[in-house]
Amino acid sequence: MNLSWMAWTLPTAIFFITILLLLCGMAIWEYASPGGNPRVGVLRFETTRGDRLFLSLLGSAFIHLAWLGLVGPNLWWALALSVVYAIGVFRYV
Amino acid sequence: MEKTWNNKAWFLVLPVLVLVAFSAVIPLMTVVNYSVQDTFGNNVFFWAGTEWFEELLHSDRFWEAMLRNLVFSFIILAIEVPLGIFIALNMPKKGWAVPVCLVLMALPLLIPWNVVGTIWQVFGRNDIGLFGYYVNALGINYNYVQDPIDAWVTVIIMDVWHWTSLVVLLCYAGLVSIPDAFYQAAKIDGASRWAVFRYIQLPKMQRVLLIAVLLRFMDSFMIYTEPFVVTGGGPGNSTTFLSIDLVKTALGQFDLGPAAAMSLVYFLIILLLSWVFYTVMTNYDAER
Repeated sequence: MNLSWMAWTLPTAIFFITILLLLCGMAIWEYASPGGNPRVGVLRFETTRGDRLFLSLLGSAFIHLAWLGLVGPNLWWALALSVVYAIGVFRYV
Repeated sequence: MEKTWNNKAWFLVLPVLVLVAFSAVIPLMTVVNYSVQDTFGNNVFFWAGTEWFEELLHSDRFWEAMLRNLVFSFIILAIEVPLGIFIALNMPKKGWAVPVCLVLMALPLLIPWNVVGTIWQVFGRNDIGLFGYYVNALGINYNYVQDPIDAWVTVIIMDVWHWTSLVVLLCYAGLVSIPDAFYQAAKIDGASRWAVFRYIQLPKMQRVLLIAVLLRFMDSFMIYTEPFVVTGGGPGNSTTFLSIDLVKTALGQFDLGPAAAMSLVYFLIILLLSWVFYTVMTNYDAER
């Protein structure tokens, strides 16, 4: 199957593999501890593990965009900030 | 009776997953791949990194289109929501006039978007269009092809004409669900018309109103067909909204890299709004 029209690159492939691994990890977590661990956090409404992952990914995307727009093209610090943000989301949201 | 739990049901959603993969996931992955590359055609791509994103985030054209989108959505909501409530409050609740009004209200919603655009393109013309001709006959210099304000007025009136019905129908559904006992109690207490609206009708409409506001916001934020048909984004760039700008970049200029970067940023904004929509709705249900 010729997938050249999708214009794959190594960095984008790594990006999607990471997302896939995250989803697999969430599936394993759910299998080990079913129910999605719903709780009410700082947002004052109930969130599950999946909600927290979604918020982490969406927030990380905006953090990277903000970094690109306000600071510059070196995104390692944006990545670090996103990881801190994701830990915060999983801990407090 | 004890429920049987197993994971076989997941196979039932497999067709949907395959469909979504082909219609959404694979195209989205391709857009992500395009957004970090440049191409001159022939399926040959060059690595560009985050260049298109940087260019986009520092582009006045993008932010101006975004501002236009936000202003447009704000104006649309400021007109359509109060107007929709007003019409719904004054619609008949009983008798033969009910179906007549409902059909009349539903008519604009049944017309395809490009047809609405074409109708208003002709309607607003100052030589052969009924609206444009008579506005000019009143002494108002109206020409949506040349004047940006006239173009905005036309696009806004068109949207109000097309979509206020949705707000009306949703509010009407909320109003007819109020039991008569509420009105009788208000009458016994000697409540004014305003008090009835403020303390009975508005709280009962709150849920549908929330749906209406969010639907109209998201829809107006993604508007493309109608302004594209009427004004083509002009005069100049005055009615070029994000979606129109995106199509111009992707198909007009064939700048696939910048267009892909713009699509992703636009997608993230829509995703955020959808999440807010979903969260507000589900939590409102939970509170009730």
